[in-house]
Amino acid sequence: MNYEDMEFFAPGHRACAGCAAPIIVKWVLKLAGPNTIVVNATGCLEVFSTPYPHSAWRLPWIHVAFENASATASGIEAALKAMGKKEGTNIIVFGGDGGTSDIGIQSLSGMAERGHDVLYVLYDNEAYMNTGIQRSSSTPFGAWTTTSQVGPSKPLGKEEFKKPIADIMAAHKIPYVATANPAFLPDFKAKVQKALSIKGPKFIHTISSCTTGWRHDPSKTIEIMRLATETGIFPLWEIENGDFGHRKITYMPKQRKPVEEYLKPQGRFRHLFSEPEKIKEIQKMVDDWWAQYEHPQ
Amino acid sequence: MPMMMLKGNESTAYAAKLARVKVVPAYPITPSTVFPEKVSELIANGEMDAEFLPVESEHSALSAAIGAAATGVRTMTATASQGLAFMNEILYIASGMRLPIVMAIGNRALAAPVNIWADQQDTMMVRDSGWIHFYAETNQEALDLTIIAFKVSENENVLLPALMGMDAFVLTHTMEPVNVPEQKDVDAFLGEKEINYPVLDPSKPATFGAFVFPEHYMEFRYSQYIAMEHAKKVIDDAFEQFNKIFGRGYSKVSGFQVEDADILFITMGSMTGTARETVRKLREEGEKVGLVKITVFRPFPKDEIIEITKNAKVIAVVDRNISPGFAGAIFTEVAASFTNVKNRPKIIDFILGLGGRDIRVENYEEIYKRSKKAMRGKFEEVQWIDVDEESVKEVEGSL
Ligand SMILES: Cc1ncc(C[n+]2csc(CCOP(=O)(O)OP(=O)(O)O)c2C)c(N)n1
Ligand code: SF4
Ligand SMILES: [Mg+2]
Repeated sequence: MNYEDMEFFAPGHRACAGCAAPIIVKWVLKLAGPNTIVVNATGCLEVFSTPYPHSAWRLPWIHVAFENASATASGIEAALKAMGKKEGTNIIVFGGDGGTSDIGIQSLSGMAERGHDVLYVLYDNEAYMNTGIQRSSSTPFGAWTTTSQVGPSKPLGKEEFKKPIADIMAAHKIPYVATANPAFLPDFKAKVQKALSIKGPKFIHTISSCTTGWRHDPSKTIEIMRLATETGIFPLWEIENGDFGHRKITYMPKQRKPVEEYLKPQGRFRHLFSEPEKIKEIQKMVDDWWAQYEHPQ
Repeated sequence: MPMMMLKGNESTAYAAKLARVKVVPAYPITPSTVFPEKVSELIANGEMDAEFLPVESEHSALSAAIGAAATGVRTMTATASQGLAFMNEILYIASGMRLPIVMAIGNRALAAPVNIWADQQDTMMVRDSGWIHFYAETNQEALDLTIIAFKVSENENVLLPALMGMDAFVLTHTMEPVNVPEQKDVDAFLGEKEINYPVLDPSKPATFGAFVFPEHYMEFRYSQYIAMEHAKKVIDDAFEQFNKIFGRGYSKVSGFQVEDADILFITMGSMTGTARETVRKLREEGEKVGLVKITVFRPFPKDEIIEITKNAKVIAVVDRNISPGFAGAIFTEVAASFTNVKNRPKIIDFILGLGGRDIRVENYEEIYKRSKKAMRGKFEEVQWIDVDEESVKEVEGSL
């Protein structure tokens, strides 16, 4: 069945204009269809989609807390199994980067290790947006947030690197891990579809621009997310069963654009432009990662 | 009905099996660990048909229980002490979502310092979490009250989670003869699990755990309050029905030699047996003493306590917990129960048995002696029993 003409995520929710999270959710659900139960970690998505007595969810949806969406999903799966109703029902978790890479990493790791048949979709806006743009372990090197402030003693913003959560999930040897970008919709759809066709734990790391926290014009959401991949900062790949040797790059930029093109339109990186060697450092990190996968041109 | 020699934790595992629990997420912690072990064994032997989830934490155990209960199956877990403390956030969510989850607790002290023995601080810590509280005196009670807990929790006028406390080691690890009910009788008592609340069902989409603004939040809390009030009668009815089928009677509070007693001990849990022994002994010596046992702590049996203690001159509350800065939790509740009662007895709080220190007949005799003195004169409201005051004075100084 094809449900692409149907909307399971209703309009009228309260996301900021230009927020990428609803785009991600809407497309995942179109591919999943109506026989789906959604679990949501605390975060922007949960808050903007369920202002009681309204709900944007046209599917059964549950939010329990910030750090336990994976455990809740585990219990749902066990209950469906016990009732003999698991066959054909998708269980999909949506979690932000805080709810996934930080406070929720324990329950996520537990769910993956126990092998529950759940698709976990991380919408990574690279900070705790719901509480007002605080840094997370998924905030990139050099980004300003309200807890990685920029000043004379701290010219860089965040001084630590982004936690490679998708690699960490692949190291669990679960059947399917991918990164996806809604600005590359055919690739995004193919990955969600593939994940849904596989039994067991699946993890998709999606990039999710936040106009408020990244400080860019709301009309530029797709453009900026596209640049994230075209500069090679957010590469698109998949790994099956933890086979790192066969990481499949699903989008190979012909010529990677310089990282400045991605950093420039975002207010959170503005201070870097007075620290050009830091931009070089970021470029080098990206180049080093790609060196394993690009053939010399 | 077969008699079996069972530990407290095994009694609750058999209760889970007899209640036909379908999902058991659990995490090991002394003194509750035997529960998941036994459930895992019953499932492996083919005696129990359930999904066992060996989760990675207590926080996840209760979260998974919420997921399962919200999907519409009977679910149970077990924990103690640090595990219960770790669950705290999720306890409130389980009750706020009105999910009939049952949890067995091996009542144990809280760190620091670390201690794994009997103490009721852990469940007193979650007094306000909106869970129904049962407390067992024996392993038979542990089994029976767990089954009763499902009956009460799932009642459509209640729909609240319930915990069943049993003291660490004294009950959890001690074998006692337990009359294990027949499956058909438990089936008759509990009935098929009815899904009388909204569940996560793709054919009827519903939103659980929405974001609620000040204009609606209070009504949710008021509903929970009313549900707990309803539980009072539902518990009485469940006890009565249980008695009819199984011939074992329970009540929220029960008295022993209360009629003409001037002094009444109030106890909860395994400490009751020793108190009963002491009452017998003192009665033989001609003392007018009796005992009131609390089996249900939430909803608090306020009216029953006022009624059963109406002839007493002194109530000696025995608290195996302490709220530093005030008193033990049972004292607080009992004292508050009398707020608007005219002729109230003197109420004294005796703190003892913390961290598994044995509660002995001599301790109750001491409590009795002090209570008798208080009958005629002044008294300290909170008194510690069997504690080395001198060694503490050396460090902390005198009051
Ligand atoms: C245990 C707990 N700690 C802190 C919070 C406060 N809190 C709510 S949402 C949030 C940040 C969410 O960040 P993320 O997961 O990245 O989602 P986003 O809002 O960015 O979409 C925080 C810190 C909470 N709800 N629960
Ligand atoms: S703050 Fe960011 S993530 Fe949250 S709704 Fe607005 S744009 Fe989306
Ligand atoms: Mg975020």
